[in-house]
Amino acid sequence: MFGIFKELIVSSGLVSLTGGNLIMWLVAFTLLYLAVKKQYEPLLLLPIAFGILVVNLPLTFLMEPEHGLIWFFYHYGIENDIIPPLIFLGLGAMIDFGPLIANPKTLLLGAGAQVGLYVTFFAAILFGFDLREAASIAIIGGADGPTTIYLTSKLAPQLLGATAVSAYAYMALVPIIQPPMMKLLTSDHERKIVMSKLRPVSRLQKICFPIISAMTIMLLVPASAPLISMLMMGNLFKESGVVERLTKASSNELMNIVTIFLGLSIGATMTASTFLDPRVLFIFFLGLFAFVVSTASGLLMAKFMNLFLKNKINPLIGAAGVSAVPMAARCVHKVGSEANRRNYLLMHAMGPNVAGVIGTVVAAAILLKNLG
Amino acid sequence: MPELLAPIAGNVWKILIAVGDTVELDDEVIILEALKMETPIYCDDSGTITEIRVKEGDAVNEGDVLVVIG
Repeated sequence: MFGIFKELIVSSGLVSLTGGNLIMWLVAFTLLYLAVKKQYEPLLLLPIAFGILVVNLPLTFLMEPEHGLIWFFYHYGIENDIIPPLIFLGLGAMIDFGPLIANPKTLLLGAGAQVGLYVTFFAAILFGFDLREAASIAIIGGADGPTTIYLTSKLAPQLLGATAVSAYAYMALVPIIQPPMMKLLTSDHERKIVMSKLRPVSRLQKICFPIISAMTIMLLVPASAPLISMLMMGNLFKESGVVERLTKASSNELMNIVTIFLGLSIGATMTASTFLDPRVLFIFFLGLFAFVVSTASGLLMAKFMNLFLKNKINPLIGAAGVSAVPMAARCVHKVGSEANRRNYLLMHAMGPNVAGVIGTVVAAAILLKNLG
Repeated sequence: MPELLAPIAGNVWKILIAVGDTVELDDEVIILEALKMETPIYCDDSGTITEIRVKEGDAVNEGDVLVVIG
């Protein structure tokens, strides 16, 4: 009787637990708390946190290559680059490029806010990361989860957990990180600028946009094809108005399904041995730096454009050049309406915001092309 | 008769006034919801509400008339 009991204990995971596992449990519990109680990106954070928890239970072998359940999700979904493009399909089916078509100048803001990526790339090299790792860290500044995962899984898969979590964390923290920057870099007078009504965009223009952009971007930067093709097809589904079922499937069902596997797989890459590395703290720090510099460069780009524009733009919309859609646009709207409560910047900020998504993908493709 | 227009496209989330109410400049009249964010719409004029052209849950476009103030 005692023998059986002893056998049960020895074959259980309990005796194989390490201190690292326990720390990772704490990380998982913290993320669970943030997801459930604070509702920070719960759709992603909840599966990520649970993934971290289960992979740090010893002897479960969930991430064992060729055997573990979650390893298969990870291998087929992320290592083979299936899931991030599918997320982009859903994103395309949700976003409205109308504000960008109505005001194409805002494309410059989406490009301006990518400066943080390049600055951070060099900063990360100074901190001793190699080129491929530096690129994966720099892309956090775009605040675009799927693109970060796409690039990191190709260039530096050992950093995947850390870069993915920081990208999603900073997306969720947009309302906390961006407003102080916005107030620092713009005057009260600038924040009060009311922008003229966006011109109406016809259905034909909205249908042509994804087709023409897909062709242009992919001809210029072929490495962006997996993400851009899916993004633009999703958008074409939406704007065509004739395939509502496909639009809904892309933006709801399929998106939700792949989100489950994405979150769980990302969480499961965070075993104690890969995640408890002092370099992870640097990644969080550099990611924040990238995001802050991107926000600042977007704001400054908008102020720079105002030097030449007759109809001044509200420089706050420059901060929406980071691709956290629609968090950054919401944040701009909120800060703008605090300065002047008749200021409705939401749609004006969506232009640079969707341009930021394209900008981050193009930046990722260029990094991938040169380092991959 | 002054009309209050929707400054952005969205859904009507809450209507805070009723026909016959007296409103002052800058009173909160309607809350629109766009991109999962609530945006309060403020009155441009003072007067009495003579007509409400929308109901809660309606989708409105930029420039649609929300309320008429007499």
